[in-house]
Amino acid sequence: MSQAIRSFLLSTLLCICVAPASAQDAYREQMKGLDEQVQEVKSDVLSIAAELTQLEEKLLYPSNTHVAVFVTLAQGETFRLDAVQVHIDGQLATHYIYSFKELEALQKGSVQRIYTGNVATGSHEIEVSLSGKLPSGKDYSHTQRFPFSKDVGPKLLNVTLAGPDSGKPAIDVGDWH
Amino acid sequence: MPGFALATVLAVQPSSAADLKDLYFGEALYHAYQGQYFEALERLDAELAQHRRLDEPQLDSLQYHVGQAEFSVGDFELSYRMHHRAGRAIRAVLEGNVDELVRNEAAFRLARIHFQKGQMESALEALDRIDGKVPEAIRDEIEFLRANVYLAVGRPADAADVLKGLQGAKGLSGFAAYNLGIAELQAGRSKEALQQLDKAGQSKGADRATAAIADKSNMVLGRLMLESANFERAQKSFDHVHLEGPYSNQALLSAGWAYASAENYERALVPWNLLIQRDATDSAVQEAKLALPYAYAKLNAYGRAALLYDQALGSFGEEITKVDASIKSIREGRFLEALVREEIRQDKEWVVRLRALPAAPETYYLTTLMASHDFQTALQNYLDMEDLRKKLVAWQTNFDAFDDIIGLRRANYEPLLPAVDAQFRELDSQIRLRMEQRDNLEKRLQAILTAPRPDLLATADERIDLERLRKIQVALKATNDPQTAALQKRVQYLQGALSWGLRTEYHERLTQAHKHLRALNEDVAVLKARYEAFVRTRQAAVHSYVGYDLPINRLRTRVRESLQQVNTLMARQGQLIETVAINELKTRGERLERYQTQARYAVADSYDRATRLQMGGGGGR
Repeated sequence: MSQAIRSFLLSTLLCICVAPASAQDAYREQMKGLDEQVQEVKSDVLSIAAELTQLEEKLLYPSNTHVAVFVTLAQGETFRLDAVQVHIDGQLATHYIYSFKELEALQKGSVQRIYTGNVATGSHEIEVSLSGKLPSGKDYSHTQRFPFSKDVGPKLLNVTLAGPDSGKPAIDVGDWH
Repeated sequence: MPGFALATVLAVQPSSAADLKDLYFGEALYHAYQGQYFEALERLDAELAQHRRLDEPQLDSLQYHVGQAEFSVGDFELSYRMHHRAGRAIRAVLEGNVDELVRNEAAFRLARIHFQKGQMESALEALDRIDGKVPEAIRDEIEFLRANVYLAVGRPADAADVLKGLQGAKGLSGFAAYNLGIAELQAGRSKEALQQLDKAGQSKGADRATAAIADKSNMVLGRLMLESANFERAQKSFDHVHLEGPYSNQALLSAGWAYASAENYERALVPWNLLIQRDATDSAVQEAKLALPYAYAKLNAYGRAALLYDQALGSFGEEITKVDASIKSIREGRFLEALVREEIRQDKEWVVRLRALPAAPETYYLTTLMASHDFQTALQNYLDMEDLRKKLVAWQTNFDAFDDIIGLRRANYEPLLPAVDAQFRELDSQIRLRMEQRDNLEKRLQAILTAPRPDLLATADERIDLERLRKIQVALKATNDPQTAALQKRVQYLQGALSWGLRTEYHERLTQAHKHLRALNEDVAVLKARYEAFVRTRQAAVHSYVGYDLPINRLRTRVRESLQQVNTLMARQGQLIETVAINELKTRGERLERYQTQARYAVADSYDRATRLQMGGGGGR
């Protein structure tokens, strides 16, 4: 009996790895076929998304009133950004709390669209508040107001945030053309 | 034959965003860095399409990143598992008028896509297009990929030649060493293969991937030694495998067999005793539950062996129940339900975490299957389809909201606009009249610059006075009154006085007139701006509810059709996943049943032997 057990177990062992089920091989072709169809559907849905975005922008944010606020971190910033609050003309536009992934994406130099809305042509004021933590563990917060004017084209405002030791303004708002 | 290893450096990473000059490219990167490739592609596709439509693309901010953006589209598509489109995007870069470095990187990326899709001949063709300077960062990766393709097409000797040049390459340590061992093995150079695998097994690295590849090398080497009855060397190789890595259970099992094969059963007990304490669903653990009593039996400890066989029987029975419950659970659709749960998808190691979910017992035996490339692709496709389904459903709701917005705007503007338009028409005619008057004034002022006409600069009072004097003069001509001559003189005197003023003050008045015209121009500019603002607002009012029916209806139809397609594909993909998973479970169940049968015979046999030994007064334990 011992020998039977030994040869039974050794034969299994020397198959080396636990092979994926043979059924998987049989279904591999079906999976490939489905994969091709999935790629086609993704392509279709992406094209729908693009058209829908254009329609939404035209319907909800026409260019004569369109205002969008984008957030970037100054290059090399290491402070932990927890939240950003944006007021436009005294009205709360957005209060955004950052996840680790989002902060990491910003630290790599990418740009976040934090708000899209509508304002009339003319003079306005944007107030930006940031709160976070410095590498030392100290709380860091700052608020600043900036005037801006809206003309007939879409208004794209870029908010750049920096830490207190960077030598750059904590909050800077500029036009993005 | 064990497969060769793919280094993780092949994972696609989006490009860096340093010195970003294009906002929308930066926004696409923001999504890509978070793994949101659908959103990243949506933005970057739109930005690139707009850039290509421009008459003067060199004035567009994307021009600073256009090469990077073209690559990123391919990268994002690849990460979103759209290999066809990724291939097309990269081929477009490859065939464009680009720098040698860029072209070679594109060729490498294309080769990598073909390799991942199992199209080895195409991968080789793409690699053959690499010529001249290559980016330093991917130099080793290109050669590593070339070696892997050679291995895949059965050219192990060529692969070995390439891999020899990569030993010590940064980021490939362990992988290049292991693959060289496999290449030598496949090329039939056993001695070199064993030496190389031994070397690869000693690779040191802080990361888990390097440790795992070293373990894999030791496992392959150990098993080759086991097959060739070199038990001592086999056992040494298995001993080198980390006790907590992915190969640890197999290593403990194999180490036991290395000792047992050398008939050193007491030493075999050590790894097997350790192994049976581990996760009962692991196939190596299950095998150890039979192997351990086998070793005790070999040591004449039949009583202990019988006890352990009995425990194994119980354990196999429990596992068979679990497998059956899992199959039932999958058939009830709970596996697919668990797969799409949000909390699972937030974690990179969701496959592992899935097992811990109380509502998902069906994954106990699926870890190996789920880690396989084909199954992963199928699963990811299923999850991608679920994401698309959610998006499409949300969009359908949006259309209803759009209809509401449009309806409300129409109801607000349509009754107001006729009155606004009537008032505007009236104002418009007044504005036109005033503009004509202003134009006339300007013309007259321009004219008197060359032919001075002081009378044209008379004030209203002066004009009235001059007119009255002219009328008096006409009336005096018609009378014979003796006072006439004196009156005519007075009229001439007054006319002279007025004319004197007009002529002497001419330059001053002309300057004043121009000043007034400039002031008027400023007012006209304000008026024009307000006029244009009104026209725009008026147009915007109409554009806010007119012209949407057609695109919304078209999109609604497209979304509905795509949703149907997604549902159909999800059902088929889901069914396939379930079938493959059930088949895997059935295989594991059948194996457990075979173990059970073996254990059942062995337990009886061990009891018999123990009894016989006791009756014979032998030394059985």
